[in-house]
Amino acid sequence: MLKNKIKNLTDTNLLLAITIIVFFVMYISAMVFLGEGFLKPQAFLNILGSNAALIIVSCGMSLVMITGGIDISVGGVVALVSMCCAVYLDHHNGSIWGAILISLGIGLLFGLVQGFLVSYLEIQPFIVSLAGMFFARGLTTMVNTNSFNVKHEEFVALKDTRIVIPGLGSYNRLGKYIDAKIEVGVIVAILVVILLFCILRWVKLGRNFYAVGGNPQSALMLGINVKRTKFYSHLICSLLAGVGGFVYFMHVGSGSASHAMGMEMDAIASSIIGGTMLTGGVGNIIGTFFGVISLSTIQNIVTSVGLDDAWWTGITVAAMLCIFLIIQSVVMARKRKAVKG
Amino acid sequence: MNILVAEKTVLKMRNIHKSFPGVRALQGVDFTLCEGEIHALMGENGAGKSTLIKVLTGVYSKDEGEIFIKGKENAIEIRSPQDAQKLGISTVYQEITLCPNLSVAENMYIGRTKGIGQNWKKMNADANKILQSLDIPAKATQQLASCSIAVQQMVAIARAVDMECKVLILDEPTSSLDEQEVAKLFKLMRDLRAKGVGIIFVTHFLDQVYEVCDKITVLRDGQLVGQYAIKDLPRVQLVSKMLGKDLDDMSDIKGEQEVYNKEDAIVSVFEVEGLVSDAGIKPFDFYIKKGEVNGFTGLLGSGRSECVRAIYGADSVLGGTVKKNGEVIKIKKPIDAMKQGIAYLAEDRKRDGIIGDLSVRDNILLALQVQKGFFKPFTKAQAEAFADEYIKLLDIKTASADTPIKSLSGGNQQKVILARWLLTHPEYLILDEPTRGIDIGTKIDIQKLVLKLASEGMSITFISSETDEMLRTCSRLVVMRDRKVVGELSGEELTQNKIMSTIAGGDKE
Amino acid sequence: MTGIKKLVKNQIFIPIAALLLLALFNLLADPEFFLIELGYNSAGNPVLKGYLVTILDYGSELAILAMGMTLVTAASGGQDISVGATIAIAGSVILRVLCGTDPRPETMQAPIIVAFLVAVVVSMLCGAFNGTLVAYFKIPPMVATLILFTAGRSIAAWINNNALPIVNDPSFGYFGNFIPGIPVPTPFFIAVVCMIIMALILKFTTLGLYTQSVGINESSARLNGLNPQFIKFLSFVILGVCVAVAGLIKVSRISTINYSVVAKDIEMDAILAVALGGNALSGGKFNMTASILGAYVIQFLTTTLYKFQVKSDALPAYKAIVVIILVVSSAPVVREWMSNLWKKITIKKQVKEVG
Repeated sequence: MLKNKIKNLTDTNLLLAITIIVFFVMYISAMVFLGEGFLKPQAFLNILGSNAALIIVSCGMSLVMITGGIDISVGGVVALVSMCCAVYLDHHNGSIWGAILISLGIGLLFGLVQGFLVSYLEIQPFIVSLAGMFFARGLTTMVNTNSFNVKHEEFVALKDTRIVIPGLGSYNRLGKYIDAKIEVGVIVAILVVILLFCILRWVKLGRNFYAVGGNPQSALMLGINVKRTKFYSHLICSLLAGVGGFVYFMHVGSGSASHAMGMEMDAIASSIIGGTMLTGGVGNIIGTFFGVISLSTIQNIVTSVGLDDAWWTGITVAAMLCIFLIIQSVVMARKRKAVKG
Repeated sequence: MNILVAEKTVLKMRNIHKSFPGVRALQGVDFTLCEGEIHALMGENGAGKSTLIKVLTGVYSKDEGEIFIKGKENAIEIRSPQDAQKLGISTVYQEITLCPNLSVAENMYIGRTKGIGQNWKKMNADANKILQSLDIPAKATQQLASCSIAVQQMVAIARAVDMECKVLILDEPTSSLDEQEVAKLFKLMRDLRAKGVGIIFVTHFLDQVYEVCDKITVLRDGQLVGQYAIKDLPRVQLVSKMLGKDLDDMSDIKGEQEVYNKEDAIVSVFEVEGLVSDAGIKPFDFYIKKGEVNGFTGLLGSGRSECVRAIYGADSVLGGTVKKNGEVIKIKKPIDAMKQGIAYLAEDRKRDGIIGDLSVRDNILLALQVQKGFFKPFTKAQAEAFADEYIKLLDIKTASADTPIKSLSGGNQQKVILARWLLTHPEYLILDEPTRGIDIGTKIDIQKLVLKLASEGMSITFISSETDEMLRTCSRLVVMRDRKVVGELSGEELTQNKIMSTIAGGDKE
Repeated sequence: MTGIKKLVKNQIFIPIAALLLLALFNLLADPEFFLIELGYNSAGNPVLKGYLVTILDYGSELAILAMGMTLVTAASGGQDISVGATIAIAGSVILRVLCGTDPRPETMQAPIIVAFLVAVVVSMLCGAFNGTLVAYFKIPPMVATLILFTAGRSIAAWINNNALPIVNDPSFGYFGNFIPGIPVPTPFFIAVVCMIIMALILKFTTLGLYTQSVGINESSARLNGLNPQFIKFLSFVILGVCVAVAGLIKVSRISTINYSVVAKDIEMDAILAVALGGNALSGGKFNMTASILGAYVIQFLTTTLYKFQVKSDALPAYKAIVVIILVVSSAPVVREWMSNLWKKITIKKQVKEVG
């Protein structure tokens, strides 16, 4: 019975289900066994807050991966955006809107170039975005070598803005009620998730991404403009990296060449954990969202059980990614066999 | 200027040329299609049918020539499949060109509906309606990968049917369908013909051509042989036009070679009992004697390749035993089979045969080298000697032994692969479609070689889609249907009719 | 004429042309670039100094990596991006064995050869891990190696409990610097030894043929009795050995390690070396000599950039541009377009001549 049901699920939904189940099992057991840090709603909101940028970037990454590509330049773009915004605001006393425009502009530029190289010149996306990553990182240090905190007044005000969520507050030890708050970035991230989910589900372009990722030759025969679709996927991904860069900047409030180191890796890991297949054609933005918070939750768990040395984070992320990759590979192989036999 | 003189002409292709590196696939082909006709496009493998279709659907761009379609004044340029769709040309390919990760309904509608949004409700309802009207056993919301291949093929047809097309191209759509499904498809084709759609039908099955088609265009070696009304072209003539020679011309080469008849000729070298692999064949028994040429026959997809692949260990074996000279041997991987003296020339030369970028010499040497072992490479002199010997022996036409194999013609590539296996001096040689897509001269060469090798005591299994080829070489035929062995023919029984009737299952004994 | 054509068609032509171009550029910009002088290092031993010596020195570790990377690329059609992180692991292991639990021991706790062999085993295990994911779980190489790429430096830090052990014995420094009395940097000799070993392997085994067969057509290779999975796996393990050697050189240079900086971005250079050698990054045929030359060319480029006062942090941006130029010019689409353009020009010329 259950087997039949699993057989009838689409690949996307099957992997999504696995992700969500894993997340809830993990979070609930953390609440039960570790208590304290995981019980309050604010704890969860904090996870969202510190991962808003990663959520946005991962959404873009999922999109590219669904289309069958990959983009490892996103971390570099985020760092470049933060640095450019920081320099623009602090050294040139620019406006917030100007900074937002800069972010989008950088994302757009990277998207246009990388998208063109990947789709129209048919160069491997990995090589293109590897070059993109190094280019962005190198450029970041050329803009400014040292890291510094931004003291621009308007920006600091924006950075410290918190939005109160009614009903989710809790009482502290002294019995005082404390509101649950989230950062502005979280709102942006949630909007991006919803927007992208809708695009992938209810817009033809979104379905084309799946088709191209599933089988590019077939997609071509079905009358889809494969090159343009690939181009858009990279364009949107880099654009979201730009947006994510600004949200990241809002969270940290500084510019540094070492910002967002390894973020591309976290984004890929989140997408994979969220049920996006590396081979393309399978994936879901909701899954990606859960992927990011799963990743962050496991990091929190690792820290709260006392393994708080810096290296454990890297090892945990890698381990989790490895496990999910293997799960995917095994589950899909089994399912294919079930259909065949 | 209007080329479409006849009122009813819907498509006209004039003087189409197309070349690939090393191959001139189309050389000045003309083709005309009228409204409301089913037009068979016939030719042997490599005749240029697929290339012509791909030029028409915008997958390949033509080097030269003009295409006219009804409703357009001037010659049209078809640059992509989308262009073709817009012009009202839709296609169902032999290999399924749908996306397995999408739902059935999406596969029917993606890439051809207007608007930005995706209306799932309407799409699913529409899809279900069509699926029902065509009796296709699939739900609109099902993921395509969970359907059988036949159903996937029908979904592809449903998609093409639903498009308001002037020209419908069916490129060997029946190879994976059973009789009932074929009947359904034919009904559909007749309905569409009544509606005035011009249908181009590419198939290997002669019966089907005479059942539904109105006209036949025959291609051979990239050139047009002619266009005929179906009633003017009897079967025998069609075949001889496709092959480029009269049936009488094809001499009986069997008589030229002596049959191997030493005392051990009756010994079964290899015996197989209840062998079954994961490729979906029913367990089968099989034996081959020393110096014998036998064959597996059956329609495409009947499981004949899967049987020999199971013997060779190419697919993973699930059960059954293989005996060599009466002793049980274990074959799990191709290397095991090679060590037991079995060689296998695979059906798909491009995918399973050649190592494209490597030189002719490396390609010839590969199997023997693997047998010899990792730490014992051949010296350069040895390698050169082997390669030169076989290039000469099989008359392989190549610039040098250093030429990459991919730049050779199909027939010569096949000879290289053949040389590779002959070099291992196998006791049992399996040839799966060795003559597919190669020129007639080489075909006859290969058939002669097979008989010669057998007369020297090699056991050979010869598989071919062309029955007359099998009749000329094999002394015993294993007949397959629906992935099951359904009969064995030898001696007097080896006639075209008998084979056909056994394949069709007409007379069960 | 045909001689030139043959040369242009030869794979080695690409790195050599690039090398000549760079050399010419330096010659015009500042001939001092080619100056080599004999000096003395702090220990009073004679050493050669100059930009070319630097290239020979640092290009050697790259060349060692490029050899392994070439095999991985050929067999799997992808690249290993974890080499930098694995070098950190190998280096960390060497220091751990040499220093024991005390980060600053007076004497080495084990012979260098033992430490090196342990590091070889560990890097082979890392390679085996990558290889397993790629070959048996069919995960694309770049993604499979992304795991160690992230975790590698963390693991390296964890091996030494985040301490920075320092080896005081001067003999440990020989591998990355100079052996007393020999003015040529040792890494060059190590690279030569590696090259000889690789040449012997390629001559006395069928590794080359098997790797190329698997990389070009896996299905066909399997039917010819090869085990494609194992060949891919093996290529990653061999790269593991190369990584261990590079790791030894790296830690020997400074007798200690900086986990986050050691061999940073070296994977990019190694991949670039393979590409510059004219090897297809999508796998298949390879030319080992061309890759090795490619490695030295990359180092030539790096050193040139340094000479022109480009900061090390900004270096990647320039290299990225080189990569893009390289891949764009070798992209089939671009090549086809160029050859069409060429055809048109020649046809026009002919028409003119006739007219």
